[in-house]
Amino acid sequence: MEFLAFPDTGQIIEHMDAKILISAEHLHRYYGHHCAVQDVSFQLAQGEVLGFLGPNGAGKSTTMRMIAGTLAPSGGRITINGTDLLDQPRRAKADIGYLPEQPPLYRELTVDEYLHYCARLHRLARAERGRAVARAKERCGLDDAGRRLIGTLSKGYQQRVGIAQAILHDPAVVILDEPTVGLDPIQIRDIRGLIRELGERHGIILSTHILPEVQATCTRVQIINQGRLVFAESMDRLQQRLAGNTLLLETREPADADALRTLPGITTVESAGPNRLRLVFEGDNPADRVAALVHDKQWGLRELALDRRSLEQVFVDLTCSEPPAGAEEVA
Amino acid sequence: MILTIAARELRTLFLSPLAWTLLAVIQLIMAYLFLSQLDTFMMLQPRLAGMEGAPGVTDIVAAPLLQTSGFLLLLLAPAVTMRVFSEERRSGTLSLLLSSPLSMTDIVLGKFLGVFAFFLLLLAMLALMPLSLYAGTALDAGKLAAGLLGLALLLASFAAIGVYMSLLTEQPVVAAVSTFGVLILLWIIDWSGGERAEVTGLFHYLSLQTHLESFLKGLFSSADLAYYLLLTLTFLVLGIRRLDEQRLTG
Repeated sequence: MEFLAFPDTGQIIEHMDAKILISAEHLHRYYGHHCAVQDVSFQLAQGEVLGFLGPNGAGKSTTMRMIAGTLAPSGGRITINGTDLLDQPRRAKADIGYLPEQPPLYRELTVDEYLHYCARLHRLARAERGRAVARAKERCGLDDAGRRLIGTLSKGYQQRVGIAQAILHDPAVVILDEPTVGLDPIQIRDIRGLIRELGERHGIILSTHILPEVQATCTRVQIINQGRLVFAESMDRLQQRLAGNTLLLETREPADADALRTLPGITTVESAGPNRLRLVFEGDNPADRVAALVHDKQWGLRELALDRRSLEQVFVDLTCSEPPAGAEEVA
Repeated sequence: MILTIAARELRTLFLSPLAWTLLAVIQLIMAYLFLSQLDTFMMLQPRLAGMEGAPGVTDIVAAPLLQTSGFLLLLLAPAVTMRVFSEERRSGTLSLLLSSPLSMTDIVLGKFLGVFAFFLLLLAMLALMPLSLYAGTALDAGKLAAGLLGLALLLASFAAIGVYMSLLTEQPVVAAVSTFGVLILLWIIDWSGGERAEVTGLFHYLSLQTHLESFLKGLFSSADLAYYLLLTLTFLVLGIRRLDEQRLTG
């Protein structure tokens, strides 16, 4: 049983009692007559990393921009760390670190100059600025790039400067719009690590259309399609949903399908290639019984695995069909 | 906070060749004009010496110099103000300011002060030329000061109009052309010889140029001061409202 199950269940701490950092209620946004975001509501607590998924033009960036305060919603309320963003924008924005889709970089400044300027914009005290800049640079791996002109940096480094800018003032809420675009695999790994690390103390929203990224970093997932939230669940609940009810079995010798079918719980056995079988079961996962049978009959166990639906499939299911049944689960 | 934005604006200006080029070009043209004006004065001087209440060196050299530089700056100011907001919007850096804990007023005033500081620097360099006359002539300091003040006020209104125009578009060139259009229109608006006195009077009042002229004559009138301050303030308020509105329209 231990090689199946849901590996992440135990690791994800429930944050039910944690502080609510973002609360968005019934957000609407119209561009002329076109409705880009329609009745989106969600909350983000401290210690959560919320993954915002959606196809292009679904309203991800629009929602992020509204939460960051660079775009006013046509309707709805946003509360950041207890402060209403629309009534007291300055106080609310002090708690936000925002990396837009296009990193807001002044190409003609050096990295140090730029970060010091951002520190000043966020009203950090003079003594604090140097430390904040040094810390942000260290976290984003920019230690040796301080004196370089931003315009001459590669895309990946520019992206890192953008992230450094967003976390510089240690904000309660960090909003990252596609943070790993243009990074190489090692940088992506570093940034994901950074996001997880930040996620322990802050609340993070990140948007992406890279699905494994969500699986690697997020504690909660929301999928937005055509301006509506179509899916919102915690990562462990999602993992359960993804688990499905199919086992894949591969043996050295051809296995006897009829013998397998007699095992309690197994409903269907079908071939999935040479020496591979797909076992559909109901109720409890019968993997231990399957393994025991294979051992007894000496078929030679090569592989026995739960056939997970990938997040990708869920994503495609949700975004390519009409508003699905999952919609009512949205809080 | 306003000063932080202003300082960066000014710094960015000097990081591009534009600011240096502008300073050099204006300095060169004005120097040439200054010398030719000085030449005129030298020629006239023997005749002026005998006259009662004759115009002095300030009237003949400094005033025309300042007047011309006012017009010259009108031509060149749009080049400075055009990129203030449009460039930031194009490169996406505006969202840095918008997501920072700043009010719209902070942002617009910061930008305005940055540009205005550059204009003042330009003006200071221009002022050095007439001031050099102190060495050998009896310069009318009051008259010169009034003229410089008038020019500074004129430049403040250029900056405010330019900043506002830059908020209207993402294309710096479009911003420059429309700024130029507004400035020229305000400059020549009193040229229309209307039939009715009240219409002419209104146009006369609206003109950027007429108010500068009285400053150049050494006349410090609060009406002229109010005109420039109102003009500047109007466009700054429009700018702040425009920036706020852009968050609504996207």
